Amino acid sequence: MTGWPILSVVTFLPLVGALFIFAIRGDDEIAVRNARFVALWTTVITFLLSLLIWIYFDPSTADFQFVEKRNWLGGTITYHMGVDGISMLFVILTTFLMPACILASWKAIDVRVKEYMVAFLVLETLMIGVFTSLDLVLFYLFFEAGLIPMFLIIGIWGHKRRVYAAFKFFLYTLTGSVLMLLAIMAMYWDAGTTDIPTLLAHDFPGEMQTWLWIAFFASFAVKMPMWPVHTWLPDAHVEAPTAGSVILAGILLKMGGYGFLRFSLPMFPEASDMFAPFVFTLSVVAIIYTSLVALMQTDIKKLIAYSSVAHMGFVTMGIFTGTIQGVQGGIFQMLSHGIVSGALFLCVGVVYDRLHTREIAAYGGLVNRMPLYAAVFMVFTMANVGLPGTSGFIGEFLSLLAAFEVNTWVAVFATTGVILSAAYALWLYRKVIFGTIDKENLRAIKDLTGREMIILVPLLVLTILFGIYPAPILDVTAVSVDNLVTEYHAALEQAARFAALGN
Amino acid sequence: MYSAIVFLPLLGAILAGIVTLVGAHARHPGGVDMQANGNGGHDGGRGGDHGDHGHHPAAQGSRAAELITTGFMIIVAILSWIAFFQVGMHDGDVQVSIMPWVVSGSLSVDWALRIDTLTAVMLVVVNTVSTLVHVYSIGYMSHDPHRPRFFAYLSLFTFAMLMLVTSDNFLQMFFGWEGVGLASYLLIGFWYQRPSANAAAIKAFVVNRVGDFGFALGIFGVFMLYGSISFDAVFANAADATGKTLYIFGTDIDALTIICLLLFMGAMGKSAQFLLHTWLPDAMEGPTPVSALIHAATMVTAGVFMVARLSPLFELAPVALTFVTFIGATTAFFAATIGLVQNDIKRVIAYSTCSQLGYMFAALGVGAYSAGIFHLFTHAFFKALLFLCAGSVIHAMSDEQDMRKMGGLRKKIPLTFWTMLIGGLALTGFPLTAGWVSKDAIIEMTFVGQNPMAGYAWGMTTFAALLTAFYTWRQMFMTFFGKPRASAEVMGHVHESPWVMLVPLFVLATGALFAGLVFKDFFIGHDYADFWRGAIFLGEENHVLHDMHNVPFAIVWLPTLMMLIGFAIAWYLYIFNPSAAPALARQFDVLYRFLLNKWYFDEIYDFLFVRPAKWLGRFLWKKGDGWLIDGFGPDGVSARVVDVTRKVVQLQTGYLYHYAFAMLIGVTALITWYMFAGGAH
Repeated sequence: MTGWPILSVVTFLPLVGALFIFAIRGDDEIAVRNARFVALWTTVITFLLSLLIWIYFDPSTADFQFVEKRNWLGGTITYHMGVDGISMLFVILTTFLMPACILASWKAIDVRVKEYMVAFLVLETLMIGVFTSLDLVLFYLFFEAGLIPMFLIIGIWGHKRRVYAAFKFFLYTLTGSVLMLLAIMAMYWDAGTTDIPTLLAHDFPGEMQTWLWIAFFASFAVKMPMWPVHTWLPDAHVEAPTAGSVILAGILLKMGGYGFLRFSLPMFPEASDMFAPFVFTLSVVAIIYTSLVALMQTDIKKLIAYSSVAHMGFVTMGIFTGTIQGVQGGIFQMLSHGIVSGALFLCVGVVYDRLHTREIAAYGGLVNRMPLYAAVFMVFTMANVGLPGTSGFIGEFLSLLAAFEVNTWVAVFATTGVILSAAYALWLYRKVIFGTIDKENLRAIKDLTGREMIILVPLLVLTILFGIYPAPILDVTAVSVDNLVTEYHAALEQAARFAALGN
Repeated sequence: MYSAIVFLPLLGAILAGIVTLVGAHARHPGGVDMQANGNGGHDGGRGGDHGDHGHHPAAQGSRAAELITTGFMIIVAILSWIAFFQVGMHDGDVQVSIMPWVVSGSLSVDWALRIDTLTAVMLVVVNTVSTLVHVYSIGYMSHDPHRPRFFAYLSLFTFAMLMLVTSDNFLQMFFGWEGVGLASYLLIGFWYQRPSANAAAIKAFVVNRVGDFGFALGIFGVFMLYGSISFDAVFANAADATGKTLYIFGTDIDALTIICLLLFMGAMGKSAQFLLHTWLPDAMEGPTPVSALIHAATMVTAGVFMVARLSPLFELAPVALTFVTFIGATTAFFAATIGLVQNDIKRVIAYSTCSQLGYMFAALGVGAYSAGIFHLFTHAFFKALLFLCAGSVIHAMSDEQDMRKMGGLRKKIPLTFWTMLIGGLALTGFPLTAGWVSKDAIIEMTFVGQNPMAGYAWGMTTFAALLTAFYTWRQMFMTFFGKPRASAEVMGHVHESPWVMLVPLFVLATGALFAGLVFKDFFIGHDYADFWRGAIFLGEENHVLHDMHNVPFAIVWLPTLMMLIGFAIAWYLYIFNPSAAPALARQFDVLYRFLLNKWYFDEIYDFLFVRPAKWLGRFLWKKGDGWLIDGFGPDGVSARVVDVTRKVVQLQTGYLYHYAFAMLIGVTALITWYMFAGGAH
């Protein structure tokens, strides 16, 4: 499989599709139709190609695989790509969600369709690049550039308050990324390279680790998002078009967690250990605080957005336990949340396309007219609640199990999240789905179309499959996580010995 | 065979589910446009226990779904009796491994079935009652248009319950545990057009989650202590953990005590014990067969099963056992007091269930696990019988559930009357019935029990026996005796139920009469050791079973005496002098209302938890997010930015350039920096 650069192909194929759409002339019905189909085929082929990465991936090693390395920008910065057990599945998640996004926008987007599809394809390239790049500068380029198409998607194709939401998104992320940029410079200054595998082996001095950790944390915490820098997310979700919300919740939020795993934990182990209680505190506050806030929402998308923040709290908590179960739980939770929250936003999109409102109060009794929709929505609601047998359970369980070993108080408070999530998720379901149809405009609402089924059914199958058979994910990540955790604890021990010697 | 027992109901549920969805989709085609098709207005009116779905034709394939699920259940029930005799009477313990589930680091959990005597008992209980309820529902739900969905849920429940009782590790038990919670939620809310049913469904799920919160923490504790959550590994090393402490919640606490208490919290939720009981009475919003299956015979007994299954751990945690006794005895008494004054025929039985579960826990707490399970076994028969009889009464009375509007039904529906009488006799512990054998055994066990709460438990359970007799007879008298209080029209419609509903009643009545004496020797008598073998673990100092034989004569017959007193009072108040009951209620007005309002638990919880949570949620949202974080964070800044930008560019796309510009500066700075620094190297 080293014969051809599969990672580069998967990463840049969407860009090629985007060029094709650029080449389409005119704005008539046929041009728009062509743009849609080009986008769909591009994402589908990208997904199928990316499956090769999974198929040929060797889960028995923690090394980076499918590595490509070319000199770039004068030899110090390299074009270095590769995946390991931690990043590989995020690539697949991205390529998997993309066709669903294109299909979900099929009818919902009718202005500037070409530009919209281009934005999404460019976004896909940039997101895949984040997970495959093995050079800090390259990573930074992908990481930051990814915001531009997202910013456009919210700002142009969003709803009423899109400008406000786009700016909030912009301000938060910009603040974080400036600090990260400074940290990258400092790392280069200290280690003399921006090559990630080299940096992973580099020992940063203790004092410096603290500052670097904080700088990276600023960027990743905003992305996650962690409390209290989460307030951009509900607004961004509410204003974004359906597919934008799916990408936001499904992929963009995961970049923060991926960053913690790729940089914070392995490169700054001492600082990570030092700041772990701080992260736990923020995570627990996020879980309880945002769950309570979710309980009071009147807007469907806002409710799901707040529940996303709470679910990401489990991720950060799990990752910073520094144990195998915690890290694997965090990864699993991210992948599962990518599927489940993506699906929930798609479900909201289904009714939004019909009624053009997100107010919970505008719905009620949908089960009477939309039985299939009710069944599908029920499965995803239960996955959101973390019912065993759905993928939502495994990640929560593992991260809580790990947290309990590290600090029982953290686990106790975090576990209250399972009570609150049941309360808000079931309340939402009851208000939207159950009851009688009292509203005149709902009397003629119709059930899922074939296109909507094609989008939702694969997500549903995966949600249940990974709930009862999570091995495909856990096996692939096992060795890399094991390696990460071992190195992490070795570094901590070494630091402790060093400190003891110093005394 | 064991895989068939567990997975046939799942297959039935899936097939019936497909029938449901295909049928539903045919009636409600898909589409995005909002134009009405010819099928509008599927929003039937509200009604009584039946027909909430309006007067629509039955879903297509209703008969097929019924036959598939019920047929599978009959096979499964027969298989589980075979399993019961194989495992219980011979040495047939089996473990069936299915596939790996969660493997992460040192944690390794498999899907696996564990069949020992305890499981075999539960298999018999679950599958027998479930099969009878399936059959009964064919008649009971015959007017409902959503039968495929109902049968799919019933079979789904059965599957989850079977996963629970056959689990080989804590996590699979938790899967079954939450799975039955889901099925219970779906079935309570089966008539989804009723707001009260939806509210009850959510309440059941959330209150159970409070218990599951403890259960989950208990599992984490077990893993921390033993490094594994498979039963074999944990039980084999159970004793190693005695005396160990865990640094938990800021102090050192005896590890086994805290873990057992946390696990028991799960049992309290699922089995509706004192403090976490509030969901069970509301769960009566579900169709009556559901109440019989889930909220009487099987799911609510999961907590009892759990404690018995984990007897190797609980035996090492005497403090936890004392707490179990305390909660059990308190519930037995407390729920019985509420049952005294309820007027809804189903709610009386619901509180009775709560109270009887308390008996079981009281027995478990004093170390008499087998007595607790024995009562679980007999209780399943007579309580399911009572519920199904109540269903038959409700069916006959055109969906009336209020006993104040019944009366005089004895002659009209004699078969229902006689079977319900058998159920009532068994519940009150009439000599020789199943309840007499198992309940009196529990009371005797608490008498000889050693733990500090045993005396309290004995007093509470004995007194509760009086209350049980009273509310049971009050119910019988109000329903079947005296003059009819219903309108002539309703009385004109009163009819005996069809055979498909009566046959299950006869089967259960047989069980309610004879299950006690027939199986006594196996469960708590001289075949005890051969029957249970390793399934239940008793510590070395646990002699309750042996001591039971030395209980004084007076104590043995005291519960029977209590039952007779309870009967006499009920007879006096409701037959001999019917005007006495309302007078008594007026005289003790405060107490009456206290009981009628269920000790005001719902109000207290609403005040303590629900409202503060809502207030806090709103406060954090508006003040925390809106005022504090946004106000001082992005809003203040972005307001300025937006102002400035508006003046510069009009198009939204214009913002792109600002961002791109900012990024460009960043990248330029970076490259400059690296070239500068790179040169230095």
